Amino acid sequence: MAQEKFDAIVVGAGPAGSAAAYTMAKAGLSVVLLERGEFPGAKNLFGGVLYRKQLEEILPDKWKKAPVERRVVEQRIWLMGEESAVTLGHRNEAYKEPVNCWTALRVKFDQWFADQAVEAGALPIYSTVATELITEGDRVIGVRTDREDGDLYADAVIIADGVNSLLGKSLGIHREWKPDEVSLAVKEVIALPREKIEDRFNLEKDEGVTIEFFGKTSLGMAGMGFLYTNKDTLSLGIGVMVNHLKKKKIKPYEILDHVKKHPMIRRLIEGGEVKEYSGHLIPEGGWNSVPPLSGNGWCIVGDAAQLVNFVHREGSNLAMTSGRYAGEAVIEAKKRGDFSQETLSLYDEKIHQSFIRKDLVKYKGMHEFLKEEDPDLLFNRLPQAANQALYELFLVDGVPKGEKQKKMLNYLKEAGGGAWGLAKLGIKGWRAMNG
Amino acid sequence: MSEMKIADRLFTIRYKVDEQSHLIIKDQEVCLRCETKECTHFCPADVYEWTGEMTTVAFENCIECGTCRIGCPDYNIYWVYPKGGYGITYKYG
Repeated sequence: MAQEKFDAIVVGAGPAGSAAAYTMAKAGLSVVLLERGEFPGAKNLFGGVLYRKQLEEILPDKWKKAPVERRVVEQRIWLMGEESAVTLGHRNEAYKEPVNCWTALRVKFDQWFADQAVEAGALPIYSTVATELITEGDRVIGVRTDREDGDLYADAVIIADGVNSLLGKSLGIHREWKPDEVSLAVKEVIALPREKIEDRFNLEKDEGVTIEFFGKTSLGMAGMGFLYTNKDTLSLGIGVMVNHLKKKKIKPYEILDHVKKHPMIRRLIEGGEVKEYSGHLIPEGGWNSVPPLSGNGWCIVGDAAQLVNFVHREGSNLAMTSGRYAGEAVIEAKKRGDFSQETLSLYDEKIHQSFIRKDLVKYKGMHEFLKEEDPDLLFNRLPQAANQALYELFLVDGVPKGEKQKKMLNYLKEAGGGAWGLAKLGIKGWRAMNG
Repeated sequence: MSEMKIADRLFTIRYKVDEQSHLIIKDQEVCLRCETKECTHFCPADVYEWTGEMTTVAFENCIECGTCRIGCPDYNIYWVYPKGGYGITYKYG
């Protein structure tokens, strides 16, 4: 591989990297797609929701062939009490056509997505770790790999090496993430017969449902759980902020054990067989943690650039779109014969004009809010109080409704530090969600 | 569902184990002085254990999440990816 020079090297064959590689290869550029796993997807993990819109923008003809699990027709949100839940959700036939999102598993999807890039002409180099970037002055000119004579040279390097992004760090684009800028999610894939899944979740054929839950299930830490229906498996997991996990001194899989015993969850996974345990970090710093996105000879995309909207659990779609934009910027750079920051900052411009920046800026206060507020208040006491209040509302026990209403408000006030405390919290939360 | 032991959980993942560890404690003296020994709790694969004298590293269990590199209060863990093709391979992901 020595001394060969390509137009572009993409480090990492996840959704961001494969989108970039596909975009550039299709335009006729010479592209290397580097992946440290035995195959794309081998190391990759997400909760399990894949969005149609951003995939279709990249593969307008082929997106229908993507290996997915179920079309999501219903999304449920559960606020968990000790042995109860306040539920909210929306089911709509309109989510089927055009499909809004699917449940999916990354080993299958990432292989297929990377294959599209390879079919378009990208050169796959798998089982190979990019150990460092090769630089000349302030310009990135290639990638050092752990293969013998494994230096690869290119006019542009697209850094798509995921949340840990050792390459991004080595370049000094971003410092190490702080524990509050990442969540650790642990997940299990649990096998159940299709009919059982469809009966338990009220589904027909390829219909799927997503459930996000928060509250008592994260044991007083800021976190969110998820339960998604695949064809003949369920994806169950929970992520918690690492700064809170550090203090709690609990093992991540014990949080999952706790979740599995909750009456809302237990009956849905009953009788299932755990096929796979997994864990991954989620970048959750929000817009304020996003590093510079491009420089001389490089762009950084996807999780490596903290491009995750954790409030809406969107990540793979931001990754794909950022990969596409970076690819488009490199195509333009090739046309101009200029791979300096001046041209590659076209990528920054595209991000800035897109939903990616707009959504991340809207929620840019959320990270600070979750970091500063007492997690026990937000994820333990308030959810429990909301559950007690709703319990009271629906309980017919001879207590007059007026008294009940007072009791309900009292639960919330007591949990939230009085009416004033609750109001302040509400205002802070509102601001955090609205940029 | 009954609770699964971590060993049974890790058994669901395919590993190709390198002879050399990709995780290195930079300075055991730092661990000795560390009051919280957080790594023995927050690691999702029970890689780190405190023997009373030193931190042991079961790198062959590692699921490559990176939490320890970021979570160690003294940034005392040198963390790189396993060599190309080594480490975990998920079946589902």
